[in-house]
Amino acid sequence: MEELYQEFIVELYKNPKNFGTMEDADYRAQVYNPTCGDSIELFLKVRDGVVEDAKFTGKGCAISQASSSLFTNYLKGKKIGDLSKADKETVLSLIKINLEKNPTRMKCALIPLEALRKALSSGRPSSRRL
Amino acid sequence: MLDPDRIRKDFPILRGGLIYLDSAATSQRPVQVIDAVSDFYRSRNANVYRGLYPIAEEATLAFEAVREKTRAFIGAGSIKEVIFTKNTTESANMVMRGWGEKFLKKGQKIVTTISEHHSDFVPWQELARRKGCRFEVAGVDEEGKLDLADLERKLRNAKLLAFSAASNVTGAIADTGKICSMANEEGALSFVDGAQFVPSNPVDVKKLGCDFLAFSGHKMLAPFGVGVLYGREELLDKMDPLIYGSEMIRMVTVRKTEFNDLPHKFESGTPAVDAVIGLGAALDYLGRVDLGEIRAHEDMLIGRMLRRLGEIDGLGIIGPKKAKERAALVAFTLEGAHPHDVSAMLAEDNICVRSGHHCAMPIHERLSIPASTRASVYLYNKAEEIDALADSLERVKKVFR
Repeated sequence: MEELYQEFIVELYKNPKNFGTMEDADYRAQVYNPTCGDSIELFLKVRDGVVEDAKFTGKGCAISQASSSLFTNYLKGKKIGDLSKADKETVLSLIKINLEKNPTRMKCALIPLEALRKALSSGRPSSRRL
Repeated sequence: MLDPDRIRKDFPILRGGLIYLDSAATSQRPVQVIDAVSDFYRSRNANVYRGLYPIAEEATLAFEAVREKTRAFIGAGSIKEVIFTKNTTESANMVMRGWGEKFLKKGQKIVTTISEHHSDFVPWQELARRKGCRFEVAGVDEEGKLDLADLERKLRNAKLLAFSAASNVTGAIADTGKICSMANEEGALSFVDGAQFVPSNPVDVKKLGCDFLAFSGHKMLAPFGVGVLYGREELLDKMDPLIYGSEMIRMVTVRKTEFNDLPHKFESGTPAVDAVIGLGAALDYLGRVDLGEIRAHEDMLIGRMLRRLGEIDGLGIIGPKKAKERAALVAFTLEGAHPHDVSAMLAEDNICVRSGHHCAMPIHERLSIPASTRASVYLYNKAEEIDALADSLERVKKVFR
Protein backbone atom coordinates (compact mmCIF):
# COMPACT_ATOMS: atom_id res chain seq x y z
CA MET A 1 0.00 0.00 0.00
CA GLU A 2 1.34 3.40 -0.97
CA GLU A 3 2.15 5.80 1.80
CA LEU A 4 -0.80 8.21 1.96
CA TYR A 5 0.38 10.20 4.90
CA GLN A 6 3.43 11.94 3.60
CA GLU A 7 4.76 14.67 5.79
CA PHE A 8 3.46 17.56 3.72
CA ILE A 9 -0.08 16.15 3.83
CA VAL A 10 0.00 15.86 7.61
CA GLU A 11 1.60 19.30 7.86
CA LEU A 12 -1.19 20.86 5.76
CA TYR A 13 -3.72 19.08 7.94
CA LYS A 14 -2.26 20.53 11.12
CA ASN A 15 -1.69 23.97 9.59
CA PRO A 16 -4.06 24.42 6.66
CA LYS A 17 -3.54 27.26 4.22
CA ASN A 18 -6.28 29.68 3.21
CA PHE A 19 -8.43 28.46 6.07
CA GLY A 20 -11.20 30.82 7.14
CA THR A 21 -14.44 32.43 6.12
CA MET A 22 -14.98 35.38 3.79
CA GLU A 23 -17.78 37.83 4.49
CA ASP A 24 -17.75 39.47 1.06
CA ALA A 25 -17.22 36.40 -1.15
CA ASP A 26 -18.47 36.62 -4.72
CA TYR A 27 -18.84 32.88 -5.00
CA ARG A 28 -19.41 30.39 -2.24
CA ALA A 29 -20.62 26.80 -1.88
CA GLN A 30 -20.80 24.18 0.81
CA VAL A 31 -20.45 20.50 0.00
CA TYR A 32 -20.92 17.54 2.17
CA ASN A 33 -19.26 14.13 2.11
CA PRO A 34 -21.88 11.62 3.25
CA THR A 35 -19.41 8.78 3.86
CA CYS A 36 -17.65 10.58 6.69
CA GLY A 37 -19.99 13.42 7.58
CA ASP A 38 -17.42 16.03 6.63
CA SER A 39 -18.20 19.27 4.93
CA ILE A 40 -16.23 22.13 3.51
CA GLU A 41 -17.27 25.58 2.42
CA LEU A 42 -15.36 27.33 -0.33
CA PHE A 43 -15.21 31.11 -0.84
CA LEU A 44 -13.91 33.06 -3.83
CA LYS A 45 -13.36 36.75 -4.22
CA VAL A 46 -13.13 37.90 -7.82
CA ARG A 47 -11.87 41.19 -9.22
CA ASP A 48 -11.64 42.05 -12.93
CA GLY A 49 -12.42 38.46 -13.80
CA VAL A 50 -9.54 37.07 -11.76
CA VAL A 51 -9.67 35.16 -8.47
CA GLU A 52 -8.22 37.59 -5.98
CA ASP A 53 -8.65 35.41 -2.92
CA ALA A 54 -9.80 31.88 -2.14
CA LYS A 55 -10.56 30.44 1.28
CA PHE A 56 -12.20 27.42 2.79
CA THR A 57 -13.56 26.28 6.13
CA GLY A 58 -14.93 23.06 7.47
CA LYS A 59 -13.94 19.86 9.13
CA GLY A 60 -12.39 16.95 7.35
CA CYS A 61 -9.72 14.33 7.11
CA ALA A 62 -6.08 15.03 6.30
CA ILE A 63 -6.59 14.26 2.62
CA SER A 64 -9.55 16.62 2.18
CA GLN A 65 -7.92 19.36 4.25
CA ALA A 66 -4.61 19.14 2.41
CA SER A 67 -6.38 19.01 -0.92
CA SER A 68 -8.46 22.08 -0.03
CA SER A 69 -5.38 24.00 1.06
CA LEU A 70 -3.55 23.21 -2.16
CA PHE A 71 -6.56 23.77 -4.38
CA THR A 72 -7.36 27.21 -2.91
CA ASN A 73 -3.73 28.15 -3.50
CA TYR A 74 -4.08 27.01 -7.10
CA LEU A 75 -7.27 29.03 -7.62
CA LYS A 76 -5.71 32.34 -6.66
CA GLY A 77 -4.78 34.40 -9.68
CA LYS A 78 -6.72 32.20 -12.13
CA LYS A 79 -9.23 33.72 -14.56
CA ILE A 80 -12.76 32.92 -13.45
CA GLY A 81 -13.60 31.87 -17.02
CA ASP A 82 -10.85 29.24 -16.94
CA LEU A 83 -11.95 27.60 -13.71
CA SER A 84 -14.52 25.34 -15.35
CA LYS A 85 -11.52 23.53 -16.90
CA ALA A 86 -10.21 22.43 -13.49
CA ASP A 87 -10.80 18.71 -13.12
CA LYS A 88 -9.79 15.60 -11.21
CA GLU A 89 -6.32 15.59 -12.77
CA THR A 90 -5.78 19.17 -11.63
CA VAL A 91 -6.43 18.22 -8.02
CA LEU A 92 -4.41 15.00 -8.15
CA SER A 93 -1.43 16.81 -9.65
CA LEU A 94 -1.53 19.16 -6.66
CA ILE A 95 -1.62 16.56 -3.91
CA LYS A 96 0.71 14.18 -5.79
CA ILE A 97 -0.61 10.93 -4.34
CA ASN A 98 -2.06 8.08 -6.30
CA LEU A 99 -5.64 7.45 -5.22
CA GLU A 100 -6.83 5.41 -8.20
CA LYS A 101 -7.13 2.35 -5.99
CA ASN A 102 -8.78 4.25 -3.15
CA PRO A 103 -12.15 5.40 -4.48
CA THR A 104 -13.31 6.40 -0.99
CA ARG A 105 -10.26 8.59 -0.37
CA MET A 106 -10.56 9.97 -3.90
CA LYS A 107 -13.86 11.52 -2.82
CA CYS A 108 -12.08 13.22 0.08
CA ALA A 109 -9.42 14.63 -2.24
CA LEU A 110 -11.97 15.91 -4.75
CA ILE A 111 -14.19 17.66 -2.24
CA PRO A 112 -12.80 21.18 -2.99
CA LEU A 113 -13.30 20.57 -6.72
CA GLU A 114 -16.88 19.64 -6.06
CA ALA A 115 -17.28 22.83 -4.04
CA LEU A 116 -15.81 24.90 -6.88
CA ARG A 117 -18.22 23.38 -9.41
CA LYS A 118 -21.16 23.99 -7.13
CA ALA A 119 -20.06 27.57 -6.49
CA LEU A 120 -19.69 28.29 -10.21
CA SER A 121 -22.99 26.68 -11.16
CA SER A 122 -24.97 28.48 -8.51
CA GLY A 123 -23.73 31.71 -10.05
CA ARG A 124 -22.56 34.90 -8.56
CA PRO A 125 -24.89 35.72 -5.66
CA SER A 126 -23.79 39.29 -5.04
CA SER A 127 -23.87 42.18 -7.44
CA ARG A 128 -20.36 43.37 -6.74
CA ARG A 129 -18.44 44.33 -9.84
CA LEU A 130 -16.18 41.70 -11.31
CA MET B 1 -13.60 -22.27 25.82
CA LEU B 2 -13.68 -21.14 22.25
CA ASP B 3 -10.39 -21.61 20.43
CA PRO B 4 -10.08 -18.85 17.83
CA ASP B 5 -7.09 -20.55 16.17
CA ARG B 6 -9.26 -23.54 15.37
CA ILE B 7 -12.14 -21.35 14.24
CA ARG B 8 -9.85 -19.31 11.97
CA LYS B 9 -8.98 -22.41 9.95
CA ASP B 10 -12.57 -22.30 8.67
CA PHE B 11 -12.22 -18.74 7.37
CA PRO B 12 -10.13 -18.68 4.17
CA ILE B 13 -9.94 -14.87 4.03
CA LEU B 14 -8.18 -14.75 7.41
CA ARG B 15 -5.40 -17.13 6.47
CA GLY B 16 -3.11 -14.41 5.10
CA GLY B 17 -2.91 -12.58 8.40
CA LEU B 18 -5.62 -10.03 7.74
CA ILE B 19 -6.68 -8.38 11.01
CA TYR B 20 -10.39 -8.04 10.43
CA LEU B 21 -12.03 -5.81 13.02
CA ASP B 22 -15.13 -4.77 11.08
CA SER B 23 -17.59 -7.59 11.69
CA ALA B 24 -20.21 -5.09 12.82
CA ALA B 25 -20.31 -3.99 9.15
CA THR B 26 -20.26 -7.52 7.76
CA SER B 27 -18.86 -10.77 9.12
CA GLN B 28 -16.44 -13.02 7.30
CA ARG B 29 -17.76 -16.41 6.05
CA PRO B 30 -16.57 -19.89 6.94
CA VAL B 31 -15.92 -22.55 4.28
CA GLN B 32 -19.02 -24.37 5.51
CA VAL B 33 -21.19 -21.46 4.30
CA ILE B 34 -19.20 -20.88 1.12
CA ASP B 35 -19.42 -24.61 0.31
CA ALA B 36 -23.14 -24.79 1.05
CA VAL B 37 -23.80 -22.05 -1.50
CA SER B 38 -21.41 -23.55 -4.02
CA ASP B 39 -22.84 -27.08 -3.56
CA PHE B 40 -26.32 -25.75 -4.07
CA TYR B 41 -25.35 -24.33 -7.46
CA ARG B 42 -23.36 -27.43 -8.37
CA SER B 43 -25.96 -30.03 -7.51
CA ARG B 44 -29.41 -28.71 -6.61
CA ASN B 45 -29.92 -25.38 -8.32
CA ALA B 46 -33.58 -24.88 -9.23
CA ASN B 47 -36.26 -22.35 -8.45
CA VAL B 48 -38.32 -22.99 -5.35
CA TYR B 49 -42.05 -23.91 -5.09
CA ARG B 50 -42.55 -24.54 -8.81
CA GLY B 51 -40.76 -27.42 -10.48
CA LEU B 52 -41.93 -30.99 -9.97
CA TYR B 53 -38.61 -32.56 -10.87
CA PRO B 54 -36.30 -33.85 -8.12
CA ILE B 55 -33.80 -30.97 -7.81
CA ALA B 56 -36.65 -28.44 -7.67
CA GLU B 57 -38.30 -30.37 -4.86
CA GLU B 58 -34.92 -30.60 -3.14
CA ALA B 59 -34.37 -26.86 -3.44
CA THR B 60 -37.80 -26.18 -1.94
CA LEU B 61 -37.23 -28.60 0.92
CA ALA B 62 -33.78 -27.14 1.66
CA PHE B 63 -35.14 -23.60 1.55
CA GLU B 64 -37.98 -24.39 3.94
CA ALA B 65 -35.68 -26.33 6.24
CA VAL B 66 -33.74 -23.10 6.79
CA ARG B 67 -36.96 -21.33 7.72
CA GLU B 68 -37.55 -23.95 10.40
CA LYS B 69 -33.94 -23.58 11.62
CA THR B 70 -34.39 -19.81 11.80
CA ARG B 71 -37.65 -20.22 13.70
CA ALA B 72 -35.93 -22.41 16.26
CA PHE B 73 -32.95 -20.02 16.45
CA ILE B 74 -35.14 -17.12 17.61
CA GLY B 75 -37.77 -19.14 19.45
CA ALA B 76 -40.69 -18.15 17.23
CA GLY B 77 -43.89 -20.16 17.61
CA SER B 78 -44.44 -20.88 13.94
CA ILE B 79 -42.65 -20.77 10.58
CA LYS B 80 -45.46 -18.45 9.47
CA GLU B 81 -43.76 -15.81 11.60
CA VAL B 82 -40.41 -16.04 9.82
CA ILE B 83 -40.16 -13.89 6.70
CA PHE B 84 -37.02 -13.92 4.57
CA THR B 85 -36.13 -10.41 3.49
CA LYS B 86 -33.03 -8.89 1.91
CA ASN B 87 -31.71 -7.44 5.18
CA THR B 88 -32.66 -5.57 8.36
CA THR B 89 -33.40 -2.41 6.39
CA GLU B 90 -35.94 -4.17 4.20
CA SER B 91 -37.47 -5.80 7.29
CA ALA B 92 -38.01 -2.34 8.83
CA ASN B 93 -39.51 -1.02 5.62
CA MET B 94 -41.88 -3.98 5.51
CA VAL B 95 -43.30 -2.98 8.89
CA MET B 96 -43.30 0.71 8.00
CA ARG B 97 -45.31 0.19 4.81
CA GLY B 98 -47.28 -2.91 5.65
CA TRP B 99 -48.35 -2.04 9.17
CA GLY B 100 -47.58 1.66 9.71
CA GLU B 101 -49.05 3.06 6.53
CA LYS B 102 -52.09 0.83 6.82
CA PHE B 103 -53.00 1.29 10.47
CA LEU B 104 -51.45 4.48 11.87
CA LYS B 105 -53.57 7.60 11.91
CA LYS B 106 -52.82 11.30 11.93
CA GLY B 107 -51.70 12.59 15.31
CA GLN B 108 -50.70 9.19 16.67
CA LYS B 109 -47.25 8.74 18.10
CA ILE B 110 -44.19 6.81 16.89
CA VAL B 111 -41.17 6.56 19.19
CA THR B 112 -37.58 5.63 18.43
CA THR B 113 -34.20 6.45 20.00
CA ILE B 114 -31.30 8.76 19.22
CA SER B 115 -28.83 5.89 18.92
CA GLU B 116 -30.50 4.07 16.03
CA HIS B 117 -28.89 3.12 12.74
CA HIS B 118 -30.49 5.15 9.92
CA SER B 119 -32.26 1.97 8.84
CA ASP B 120 -34.19 1.96 12.10
CA PHE B 121 -34.69 5.71 12.16
CA VAL B 122 -35.47 7.02 8.71
CA PRO B 123 -38.37 4.59 7.97
CA TRP B 124 -40.17 5.78 11.12
CA GLN B 125 -39.36 9.43 10.55
CA GLU B 126 -40.69 9.11 7.01
CA LEU B 127 -43.73 7.14 8.20
CA ALA B 128 -44.53 9.95 10.63
CA ARG B 129 -44.19 12.52 7.82
CA ARG B 130 -46.43 10.59 5.45
CA LYS B 131 -49.14 9.87 8.01
CA GLY B 132 -48.97 13.11 9.98
CA CYS B 133 -47.91 11.22 13.10
CA ARG B 134 -45.93 12.60 16.01
CA PHE B 135 -42.31 11.43 16.01
CA GLU B 136 -40.53 11.25 19.36
CA VAL B 137 -36.89 10.33 19.91
CA ALA B 138 -35.77 8.99 23.30
CA GLY B 139 -32.33 10.05 24.48
CA VAL B 140 -29.28 8.35 25.96
CA ASP B 141 -27.15 9.04 29.02
CA GLU B 142 -23.46 9.95 29.00
CA GLU B 143 -22.44 6.31 28.55
CA GLY B 144 -24.73 6.01 25.54
CA LYS B 145 -27.22 3.84 27.39
CA LEU B 146 -30.90 4.43 26.76
CA ASP B 147 -32.47 6.92 29.14
CA LEU B 148 -35.34 4.75 30.32
CA ALA B 149 -37.08 7.59 32.19
CA ASP B 150 -37.11 9.67 29.01
CA LEU B 151 -38.26 6.66 27.02
CA GLU B 152 -41.09 6.02 29.47
CA ARG B 153 -42.30 9.63 29.17
CA LYS B 154 -42.16 9.55 25.38
CA LEU B 155 -43.88 6.17 25.22
CA ARG B 156 -47.06 7.54 26.75
CA ASN B 157 -49.92 6.80 24.33
CA ALA B 158 -47.48 5.76 21.61
CA LYS B 159 -48.54 3.26 18.94
CA LEU B 160 -45.12 2.04 17.85
CA LEU B 161 -41.68 1.83 19.43
CA ALA B 162 -38.65 0.98 17.29
CA PHE B 163 -35.30 0.46 18.98
CA SER B 164 -32.15 -1.59 18.60
CA ALA B 165 -31.23 -4.41 20.95
CA ALA B 166 -27.64 -3.11 20.66
CA SER B 167 -26.43 0.14 19.11
CA ASN B 168 -23.93 -0.05 16.26
CA VAL B 169 -22.13 3.05 17.57
CA THR B 170 -22.28 3.09 21.37
CA GLY B 171 -22.48 -0.70 21.47
CA ALA B 172 -24.87 -0.32 24.39
CA ILE B 173 -27.07 -3.36 24.88
CA ALA B 174 -30.65 -2.41 25.68
CA ASP B 175 -32.79 -4.25 28.21
CA THR B 176 -34.91 -5.47 25.34
CA GLY B 177 -37.38 -7.53 27.36
CA LYS B 178 -38.08 -4.70 29.76
CA ILE B 179 -38.42 -2.10 27.01
CA CYS B 180 -40.81 -4.32 25.03
CA SER B 181 -43.00 -4.72 28.09
CA MET B 182 -42.92 -0.94 28.67
CA ALA B 183 -44.18 -0.50 25.11
CA ASN B 184 -46.72 -3.24 25.57
CA GLU B 185 -48.16 -1.60 28.68
CA GLU B 186 -48.73 1.57 26.69
CA GLY B 187 -50.40 -0.38 23.91
CA ALA B 188 -47.53 0.30 21.50
CA LEU B 189 -46.08 -2.34 19.21
CA SER B 190 -42.36 -3.00 19.54
CA PHE B 191 -39.99 -3.32 16.58
CA VAL B 192 -36.56 -4.57 17.61
CA ASP B 193 -33.54 -4.02 15.36
CA GLY B 194 -31.40 -7.03 16.20
CA ALA B 195 -28.69 -6.55 13.55
CA GLN B 196 -25.86 -6.11 16.09
CA PHE B 197 -27.31 -8.36 18.78
CA VAL B 198 -28.63 -11.53 17.16
CA PRO B 199 -25.26 -12.67 15.68
CA SER B 200 -23.81 -13.49 19.10
CA ASN B 201 -26.55 -13.43 21.71
CA PRO B 202 -29.24 -16.05 22.21
CA VAL B 203 -32.66 -14.58 21.46
CA ASP B 204 -36.11 -15.87 22.31
CA VAL B 205 -38.80 -13.67 20.83
CA LYS B 206 -41.46 -15.06 23.14
CA LYS B 207 -39.44 -14.32 26.26
CA LEU B 208 -38.50 -10.86 24.96
CA GLY B 209 -42.14 -10.18 24.17
CA CYS B 210 -41.32 -8.21 21.02
CA ASP B 211 -43.85 -7.81 18.23
CA PHE B 212 -41.25 -7.62 15.48
CA LEU B 213 -37.56 -8.55 15.30
CA ALA B 214 -35.31 -7.83 12.34
CA PHE B 215 -31.77 -8.98 11.60
CA SER B 216 -29.34 -9.54 8.72
CA GLY B 217 -27.71 -12.79 7.66
CA HIS B 218 -24.47 -11.18 6.46
CA LYS B 219 -23.53 -10.06 9.96
CA MET B 220 -23.77 -13.65 11.22
CA LEU B 221 -21.68 -15.66 8.75
CA ALA B 222 -24.41 -16.00 6.09
CA PRO B 223 -24.20 -14.61 2.54
CA PHE B 224 -25.25 -11.11 1.57
CA GLY B 225 -28.85 -10.74 0.46
CA VAL B 226 -30.81 -12.52 3.15
CA GLY B 227 -32.30 -11.02 6.28
CA VAL B 228 -35.18 -11.92 8.52
CA LEU B 229 -38.32 -10.28 9.74
CA TYR B 230 -40.01 -12.00 12.64
CA GLY B 231 -43.52 -10.77 13.37
CA ARG B 232 -46.33 -12.08 15.52
CA GLU B 233 -48.68 -14.06 13.31
CA GLU B 234 -51.81 -12.03 14.05
CA LEU B 235 -49.97 -8.82 13.10
CA LEU B 236 -48.47 -10.24 9.90
CA ASP B 237 -51.91 -11.55 8.96
CA LYS B 238 -53.35 -8.05 8.96
CA MET B 239 -50.40 -6.39 7.27
CA ASP B 240 -50.07 -5.58 3.58
CA PRO B 241 -47.14 -6.91 1.55
CA LEU B 242 -44.30 -4.57 0.62
CA ILE B 243 -43.81 -5.88 -2.90
CA TYR B 244 -46.51 -7.31 -5.11
CA GLY B 245 -46.17 -10.24 -7.49
CA SER B 246 -45.05 -13.86 -7.80
CA GLU B 247 -44.91 -16.04 -4.69
CA MET B 248 -47.09 -13.73 -2.59
CA ILE B 249 -50.12 -14.55 -4.72
CA ARG B 250 -52.65 -17.31 -4.41
CA MET B 251 -55.07 -16.48 -7.18
CA VAL B 252 -55.34 -13.72 -9.75
CA THR B 253 -58.30 -12.81 -11.91
CA VAL B 254 -58.75 -9.73 -14.04
CA ARG B 255 -60.86 -8.25 -11.23
CA LYS B 256 -58.85 -9.07 -8.16
CA THR B 257 -55.97 -10.88 -6.52
CA GLU B 258 -55.98 -13.06 -3.44
CA PHE B 259 -52.74 -13.08 -1.43
CA ASN B 260 -50.89 -16.20 -0.40
CA ASP B 261 -50.72 -17.42 3.20
CA LEU B 262 -47.99 -16.48 5.64
CA PRO B 263 -45.06 -16.32 5.33
CA HIS B 264 -45.19 -16.32 1.52
CA LYS B 265 -47.46 -13.25 1.42
CA PHE B 266 -44.34 -11.16 2.15
CA GLU B 267 -41.89 -13.01 -0.09
CA SER B 268 -42.57 -11.63 -3.53
CA GLY B 269 -40.54 -12.69 -6.52
CA THR B 270 -37.88 -15.35 -6.65
CA PRO B 271 -36.03 -15.23 -3.34
CA ALA B 272 -32.25 -15.39 -2.81
CA VAL B 273 -32.38 -19.17 -2.51
CA ASP B 274 -28.59 -19.50 -2.41
CA ALA B 275 -28.28 -16.96 0.40
CA VAL B 276 -31.02 -18.69 2.40
CA ILE B 277 -29.23 -22.03 1.98
CA GLY B 278 -26.07 -20.28 3.18
CA LEU B 279 -27.96 -18.89 6.17
CA GLY B 280 -28.87 -22.46 7.09
CA ALA B 281 -25.18 -23.43 7.08
CA ALA B 282 -24.35 -20.31 9.13
CA LEU B 283 -26.96 -21.20 11.77
CA ASP B 284 -25.56 -24.72 11.93
CA TYR B 285 -22.06 -23.31 12.40
CA LEU B 286 -23.13 -20.88 15.14
CA GLY B 287 -25.05 -23.67 16.84
CA ARG B 288 -22.01 -25.98 16.81
CA VAL B 289 -19.72 -23.33 18.30
CA ASP B 290 -22.46 -22.21 20.68
CA LEU B 291 -23.65 -18.62 21.09
CA GLY B 292 -22.86 -18.60 24.81
CA GLU B 293 -19.22 -19.43 24.01
CA ILE B 294 -19.11 -16.76 21.30
CA ARG B 295 -20.53 -14.16 23.66
CA ALA B 296 -17.99 -15.06 26.37
CA HIS B 297 -15.14 -14.87 23.84
CA GLU B 298 -16.34 -11.45 22.67
CA ASP B 299 -16.58 -10.22 26.26
CA MET B 300 -12.95 -11.16 26.76
CA LEU B 301 -11.87 -9.39 23.54
CA ILE B 302 -13.94 -6.27 24.20
CA GLY B 303 -12.70 -6.13 27.79
CA ARG B 304 -9.14 -6.19 26.48
CA MET B 305 -9.93 -3.59 23.84
CA LEU B 306 -11.49 -1.23 26.42
CA ARG B 307 -8.40 -1.63 28.58
CA ARG B 308 -5.76 -1.30 25.84
CA LEU B 309 -7.47 1.60 24.05
CA GLY B 310 -8.22 3.24 27.39
CA GLU B 311 -4.45 3.47 27.99
CA ILE B 312 -3.93 5.57 24.86
CA ASP B 313 -3.66 9.25 25.68
CA GLY B 314 -6.20 11.35 23.77
CA LEU B 315 -8.35 8.40 22.81
CA GLY B 316 -12.01 8.78 23.76
CA ILE B 317 -14.13 5.65 23.99
CA ILE B 318 -17.82 5.99 23.13
CA GLY B 319 -20.37 3.98 25.08
CA PRO B 320 -20.56 1.83 28.21
CA LYS B 321 -17.39 1.15 30.20
CA LYS B 322 -18.14 -2.50 30.90
CA ALA B 323 -17.73 -5.17 28.22
CA LYS B 324 -20.81 -7.00 29.48
CA GLU B 325 -22.99 -3.99 28.69
CA ARG B 326 -21.79 -3.88 25.10
CA ALA B 327 -22.23 -5.60 21.80
CA ALA B 328 -18.91 -6.69 20.30
CA LEU B 329 -17.80 -3.25 19.14
CA VAL B 330 -15.93 -0.18 20.38
CA ALA B 331 -16.22 3.19 18.66
CA PHE B 332 -13.73 5.87 19.57
CA THR B 333 -12.20 9.19 18.66
CA LEU B 334 -8.50 10.04 18.66
CA GLU B 335 -7.54 13.60 19.44
CA GLY B 336 -5.95 15.40 16.50
CA ALA B 337 -6.66 12.67 13.98
CA HIS B 338 -9.71 12.43 11.78
CA PRO B 339 -11.42 8.99 11.87
CA HIS B 340 -10.86 8.58 8.12
CA ASP B 341 -7.15 9.08 8.58
CA VAL B 342 -7.09 6.73 11.57
CA SER B 343 -8.65 3.88 9.63
CA ALA B 344 -6.55 4.54 6.52
CA MET B 345 -3.38 4.40 8.62
CA LEU B 346 -4.54 1.23 10.40
CA ALA B 347 -5.10 -0.24 6.94
CA GLU B 348 -1.40 0.26 6.25
CA ASP B 349 -0.85 -2.22 9.12
CA ASN B 350 -3.32 -4.67 7.59
CA ILE B 351 -6.01 -3.79 10.15
CA CYS B 352 -9.58 -3.35 8.91
CA VAL B 353 -11.79 -1.00 10.91
CA ARG B 354 -14.65 1.27 10.00
CA SER B 355 -14.71 5.03 10.22
CA GLY B 356 -17.39 7.59 9.58
CA HIS B 357 -20.79 8.04 11.13
CA HIS B 358 -21.69 4.34 10.73
CA CYS B 359 -25.10 5.24 9.24
CA ALA B 360 -26.02 6.79 12.57
CA MET B 361 -25.75 10.56 12.29
CA PRO B 362 -28.23 11.45 15.09
CA ILE B 363 -26.14 9.80 17.83
CA HIS B 364 -22.94 11.44 16.54
CA GLU B 365 -24.69 14.78 16.64
CA ARG B 366 -25.87 14.02 20.19
CA LEU B 367 -22.28 13.22 21.20
CA SER B 368 -21.06 16.36 19.36
CA ILE B 369 -18.60 14.48 17.15
CA PRO B 370 -18.72 14.46 13.33
CA ALA B 371 -17.53 10.87 13.06
CA SER B 372 -15.77 8.05 14.88
CA THR B 373 -13.61 5.00 14.26
CA ARG B 374 -15.10 1.63 15.15
CA ALA B 375 -13.41 -1.70 15.84
CA SER B 376 -15.63 -4.76 16.17
CA VAL B 377 -14.95 -8.44 16.82
CA TYR B 378 -16.55 -11.81 16.28
CA LEU B 379 -15.80 -15.43 17.05
CA TYR B 380 -12.66 -15.58 14.87
CA ASN B 381 -10.78 -12.68 16.45
CA LYS B 382 -7.82 -13.12 18.78
CA ALA B 383 -6.42 -11.18 21.72
CA GLU B 384 -3.22 -10.52 19.73
CA GLU B 385 -5.26 -8.64 17.16
CA ILE B 386 -6.52 -6.27 19.86
CA ASP B 387 -2.91 -5.64 20.86
CA ALA B 388 -1.94 -5.02 17.23
CA LEU B 389 -4.76 -2.46 17.02
CA ALA B 390 -3.55 -0.67 20.15
CA ASP B 391 0.07 -0.64 18.89
CA SER B 392 -0.98 0.66 15.49
CA LEU B 393 -3.03 3.42 17.11
CA GLU B 394 0.07 4.56 18.97
CA ARG B 395 1.76 4.93 15.57
CA VAL B 396 -1.19 6.99 14.26
CA LYS B 397 -0.91 9.21 17.29
CA LYS B 398 2.77 9.88 16.61
CA VAL B 399 2.09 10.96 13.02
CA PHE B 400 -0.74 13.30 13.99
CA ARG B 401 0.70 14.62 17.23
